[in-house]
Amino acid sequence: MNCAETHPLLHAYTDGELDLVRSLEVEQHLRGCAACESQKASLQSLGSLLRNSDLAYRAPDSLRKKVRQIAPAPERGTRSRADNVSPLWKWLAIGATAFAVFTLVLRTPGNSDNSRLLDDAVAGHVRSLMAGHLMDVASTDQHTVKPWFNGKLDFAPDVKDFAAQDFPLVGGRLDYLDHRAVAALVYRRNKHFINVFVWPASSPNEPQPADKNLRGYWVINRQVNGLQYCLVSDLNEKELGELADLLGK
Amino acid sequence: MEWKRYVSAIDPQAQFDQIVMPHLDEAYNLARWLAGNDHDAEDIVQDACVRAFRFLGGFRGGNSRAWLLAIVRNTAFTWLKKNRPPAVVPIDAAALEEIEDPAEPAAATPNVDAAVLRAALEALPPEFREALVLRELEGLSYKEIAEIADTPIGTVMSRLARARRLLQTYLSRKGNAPK
Repeated sequence: MNCAETHPLLHAYTDGELDLVRSLEVEQHLRGCAACESQKASLQSLGSLLRNSDLAYRAPDSLRKKVRQIAPAPERGTRSRADNVSPLWKWLAIGATAFAVFTLVLRTPGNSDNSRLLDDAVAGHVRSLMAGHLMDVASTDQHTVKPWFNGKLDFAPDVKDFAAQDFPLVGGRLDYLDHRAVAALVYRRNKHFINVFVWPASSPNEPQPADKNLRGYWVINRQVNGLQYCLVSDLNEKELGELADLLGK
Repeated sequence: MEWKRYVSAIDPQAQFDQIVMPHLDEAYNLARWLAGNDHDAEDIVQDACVRAFRFLGGFRGGNSRAWLLAIVRNTAFTWLKKNRPPAVVPIDAAALEEIEDPAEPAAATPNVDAAVLRAALEALPPEFREALVLRELEGLSYKEIAEIADTPIGTVMSRLARARRLLQTYLSRKGNAPK
């Protein structure tokens, strides 16, 4: 990445709105470019100046009172029960969500589900590489990847670095696949980024779809210790398979 | 009785309390920065909340903060057009070209006090001011700001970039001036 490519991304970078792969690229450029680095520092100091100068106004109590009167109290004295009721709604919502999740999980995936899943995985991979795609979360420190997932997922993905085998781990993020939040681990082989999506397998020993090439991206599925792995990259099938084997060990 | 409970669950007042009231501070902050004074900001927020109450049925879940702020924003811009015509003159693209020049190194941010900063922010065109206020003072994401301002995320990014560049230019001039 050069200065001209970095420049338009600096704001999104300092705002933490850049996807993992792009922020790594920006970081790499900043390490070698004093001019861009000082621009970044200047943006950061402007940001902290704005945030720490007590510039936000807060609604005065008089306004709060007036606004509060906009909504008329309901008739016939049912108002006092409003507080009791919201939990009921909450439970209804939780029940409905649980039911939906339950049916989705129980459904045995057929072939069409598989191809849709592969399609989604490729789309997730492409999205993560696009400069314009803005992620909610990104962690660039590989040593914090595993603990970083704590509390964000209902399972603990196995996070290993394969730098010795030329597949350095560069980070992780949350993604959404197969109707659920999944861990996305990002590895690199030379200049190719590899997204490894991980989530608990819905049924153990399910036959895995064959390696597939979709729109120029290879997709490899593996099931290891009850976890489903889906690898996506523009890397060739053979090398991507090597990483799949490493993950399966 | 369960039936009564159900009826009060869709009680508009309870809904208003859950969807509108929690975001009143943010609503006021946005209106205050757009209107420029307390009195008009209060009018705008009240007006926006009346509309929000009317539109409650149209709220389809999701981000209630962005939903309310979008209403406040629209109310404020309608008010600005009526009461502050010069404030909504379309931004002069040509005048911004020099500010946008990527080759020009960013000015370092000097130490300035809050009053200078406030004045600098107030001097920005409203669309830019709004983007900075939502981003830096309220910590909203690009996606939320885009939703509130009803504009693509790319526009949010360029408004923020330009707003910061303008602010830096203004502040560096102030910083160099003798005190």
